[in-house]
Amino acid sequence: MNMYAVIFYLLAVIIVAFTVMAITRKNVMHAIVFLVGSFIGSSLLFYLLGAPFLAILEVVIYAGAIMVLFLFIVMMLEIKVEDIDLWPFLRQWFLPLGLAGTCFIVMFALILLESGSSLSLPLVMASPAAFGRFLFQKYWLGVEIASYLLFVALVGALYLGRSEKTGD
Amino acid sequence: MVTLVPYSHVLILAAILFLLGAACAVARRNLIMILIGVEVMLSAAGLAFVGASMRWQQLDGQAFVIFIMAVAASEVAVGLALIVYSRRRTGTLDANRYNLMKG
Repeated sequence: MNMYAVIFYLLAVIIVAFTVMAITRKNVMHAIVFLVGSFIGSSLLFYLLGAPFLAILEVVIYAGAIMVLFLFIVMMLEIKVEDIDLWPFLRQWFLPLGLAGTCFIVMFALILLESGSSLSLPLVMASPAAFGRFLFQKYWLGVEIASYLLFVALVGALYLGRSEKTGD
Repeated sequence: MVTLVPYSHVLILAAILFLLGAACAVARRNLIMILIGVEVMLSAAGLAFVGASMRWQQLDGQAFVIFIMAVAASEVAVGLALIVYSRRRTGTLDANRYNLMKG
């Protein structure tokens, strides 16, 4: 096991720990802060997997824009800490956790049964310039559609967020 | 030649993250926590795509992560606007309280 593999497993443990902490918090604010840590860990993992441009985007978009949007909404709505206790209602968690466990076992078996999955990944890096050229040569239509999607989302958010008094 | 971990380990990590997100979206009843679960699931899918991109030495996987990020950003914008709207209409964020139909 070389140093890169050690870094990979370390990052994997950090990401899973942060995500578990995030999804079990009662206070939404704490959950969001833990999730920022999880996304920064994924960004480092993207860098390790040879995608430096996506690593930057992960920090800028996920940890930056999306999580700050969540924070603003949480602060704006003055959300109280959920008064329900998380553990007495294990009954409610029982079915989702059981289903997730079953899915995980099946997925684990499928991944391990697939031939060539034990192949070790070569250490390469896609430079941002090469990636950008590839994206705009082969997927320019997809980029246009994504920009339309973002525009429609902007219009939809503005429409939903308009105030009742001035709107009709 | 220096190599990283086997491809299956990347897939298993992505699977763990995806299932954590799915469990969060199913089990939590706060609307914001449900949206956070969906975010975790999208991020896990992106991780699997990047791993596949490295496995086959093609850039297509990384290109798809760009689209996943666009979808995640627009989903969060519309989702949070809907949350604000429904909070204004009903005064609660608990998904269990949305049990009234108009008509």
